Amino acid sequence: MTSPIVPPPKKDPQQRTRIQTLPAGARSRAALGLTAAAAEGRFMLQVCAECGAVQYPPRDACSNCLSVDLPWKDIAPGGRLIAETTVRTSTSTYFRERTPWRVGTVRLDAGPSVICHVHGDVARNGPVHIINRLDKSGQGVLFALPAERTQNMEDDPQLRELTANPKFRRVLITDGRSENALALAQAFAKAEASIIFIGEAEGWRPYKHREALRAVPSVQLVPLDVTDTSSVTELAAEIGGKTDILVNNARFMRPGGIMARGDTVFARDEMEVNYLGLMRLAQAFGPAMLGRGADGGNSAAAWVNILSVYAYANMPALGAFSASSAAAYSLSQCLRAEMRPGGIRVMNVYTGPTDDDWHQPLPPPKVAPSALARAIVAGLKDGLEDVFVGDVAQDLIDRWRAGPKILEREMSENDGGGA
Amino acid sequence: MAGRSIARKSYDGVVLAAPATVPYQRFSKETAHWWIARALRQSLQAAGLSPRDVDGFSVASFSLFPDTAVGLTQHLGLTPRWLDHIPMGGASGVAALRRAARAVQAGDADVVACVSGDTNQVDSFRRMLSSFSRFAQDASYPYGAGGPNACFALLTDHYMTTYGATREDFGRICVAQRDNALKNPHAVMKTPLTLEQYLGARMISDPIALFDCVMPVGGAEAFLVMREEDARAAGLPHAHIRSTIERHNAFPDDPIQMRGGWAMDVDELYAMADARPDDIDLLQTYDDYPVISMMQIEDLGFCAKGEGPAFVRAHDLTIGGDFPHNTSGGQLSAGQAGAAGGFIGLVEAIRQVTGTAGPTQVANAGTALVSGFGVINFDRGVCSNAAIISGAAA
Repeated sequence: MTSPIVPPPKKDPQQRTRIQTLPAGARSRAALGLTAAAAEGRFMLQVCAECGAVQYPPRDACSNCLSVDLPWKDIAPGGRLIAETTVRTSTSTYFRERTPWRVGTVRLDAGPSVICHVHGDVARNGPVHIINRLDKSGQGVLFALPAERTQNMEDDPQLRELTANPKFRRVLITDGRSENALALAQAFAKAEASIIFIGEAEGWRPYKHREALRAVPSVQLVPLDVTDTSSVTELAAEIGGKTDILVNNARFMRPGGIMARGDTVFARDEMEVNYLGLMRLAQAFGPAMLGRGADGGNSAAAWVNILSVYAYANMPALGAFSASSAAAYSLSQCLRAEMRPGGIRVMNVYTGPTDDDWHQPLPPPKVAPSALARAIVAGLKDGLEDVFVGDVAQDLIDRWRAGPKILEREMSENDGGGA
Repeated sequence: MAGRSIARKSYDGVVLAAPATVPYQRFSKETAHWWIARALRQSLQAAGLSPRDVDGFSVASFSLFPDTAVGLTQHLGLTPRWLDHIPMGGASGVAALRRAARAVQAGDADVVACVSGDTNQVDSFRRMLSSFSRFAQDASYPYGAGGPNACFALLTDHYMTTYGATREDFGRICVAQRDNALKNPHAVMKTPLTLEQYLGARMISDPIALFDCVMPVGGAEAFLVMREEDARAAGLPHAHIRSTIERHNAFPDDPIQMRGGWAMDVDELYAMADARPDDIDLLQTYDDYPVISMMQIEDLGFCAKGEGPAFVRAHDLTIGGDFPHNTSGGQLSAGQAGAAGGFIGLVEAIRQVTGTAGPTQVANAGTALVSGFGVINFDRGVCSNAAIISGAAA
């Protein structure tokens, strides 16, 4: 049985902060298919389009029929551990610091055998459930869980290396005024985050859920205005060294595309908050988080962006807002690359219309704040990079993957529910 | 595969001679080029030849980069008309022999120098592991970076579970080889090893412990393949090639490696040599880990699959024993000099059957079986081969 993790001790400021080392990140281009699937927490392998043979390791031609048509498909996750070892000596600094490390050979029900990380609760020669997750290098790796859930399963030290579990971590939610702030705070409290900092711009201005926020255990309201560089810098100076998970929920959004608006005032506000706000936060909090990726049980672990799924394809009824989301999406890819050396996960959570005042005229389905908050915490527990919340977002990404140009035309038919 | 129509041609008229070993060093500041040059020179001197007499050159090495056998011709001043570079690691010795023998037999070359050598600089082993093969890079190295220790730990664990082998059984192989190594002045390991010490050693990657692992070293090995008449004329001790087999990626559907390609071709190995396992006076297996030696003992027909543990309990594997095995101490006790680990058994076997093994000489060593095993591309060794060789008197 996994021992439950305990709250990490207070940090001794005289001790050197451990530097993040990384597992080997080199992969062939074919193997990056595993990484792409892991970004969404899917266990996929190549399956020959001609003969149906499941392939592993990833390759360029079918080992059964030499077809080069090897699409990635979701694979049944069952298998059995047929051999195992505990690595005690490793040539990699990353693993050296983390031995003993359990590794095994699993024969998949789907056919091939894989070498994978093995959870401490898997029995010798026992049944397993394979998951595909991102490691600290941001590359997809296979991990064998026990076939049946066990107590404190999430606390397995090898599994925690692949996740950004909020338990005992300190979270910053950047915008307390947002209609999802309360749901987020409650979800992180439930996930046992040790401190939940909540940013509040212009604290003197009242908003309806302020008292409810203050009542959530572990919440601390802090001044933060993402449009104000000095506000962001000041807060980072104060809590940047103990921000383990940053959730950027600050957003400015108004309906309308180009010609429905007579000027660029709203567009400028959208860029100030949605794009430049992200950049200010990243410039202020990024370096400190980058340096704390291996800082014990409450190391810096993840950066969460809540983005509109219209970042992928412009919704003309929300055209200017969509454009600012696309800018933020592009910047998030840059942030992901820059955070990678620290082993910090950058998770983008894409939503369709959310159930709030500014989407009031839109028809359902809309994403409720509580559903968004649940998806964020679940995504962190799974260490994901891309989460699509709700039916609209999932439908849109499926269409985008099938053909972005077709989707563009479809979007122009969509009036956004008469907005 | 099935229904082979043409009987394989014998290796009549071709012999192996001038075995050479450059004493190994734990770490070396030198390069693979330096080690290979020394082995080549030693082998040629033993044969009374100059570099200009060599018209065939075969090289196996992991640490030559960015060079290959091509760069070595210019570097070493050779002008061969037949050139080979063998990337088969632990199977490179028998592979070199097979290819060179046919070249000499066909008249494409008169004398082929087969050389293998690698250096072992501080940190070069780690760098080699991380980029050993594409599948290893993608699908085994990211999982603990245990290298071959971890891969063989998985094979060993599975073998133990399946056949009830114990660590003592593997220990017998290691302890006997250390006993042999103590007679080999060039062996890196120079102190005796008891079964108690073997069992008490620290775990490296369970169930692989310290004495299951080879010591990476710098070193080089070489031999010559030439016409029998030329060897006779020069008065060189020489060995005949009675049969060989080779197989790659055998049994790909086995969920984990329990046998090598030898199991596919062993009947042909003995049939071509007109021999039986009882006729073998000594066995040189590829021994980077004892489990793979045990599999070779099984797959080469000395006992049935799964009976390896009982076999090693019932036999004495030392030089003076009833089943002499890895008489130089093998890689486990003499050291693993990179790709030269694929040559060590063959070079020692040539010495044994020509009666020139000196302190490790097995009495009446007429016929030897040498097997090679190479390249853990992902989860298993891909290359396997074997040869039966005999001294001139056999």
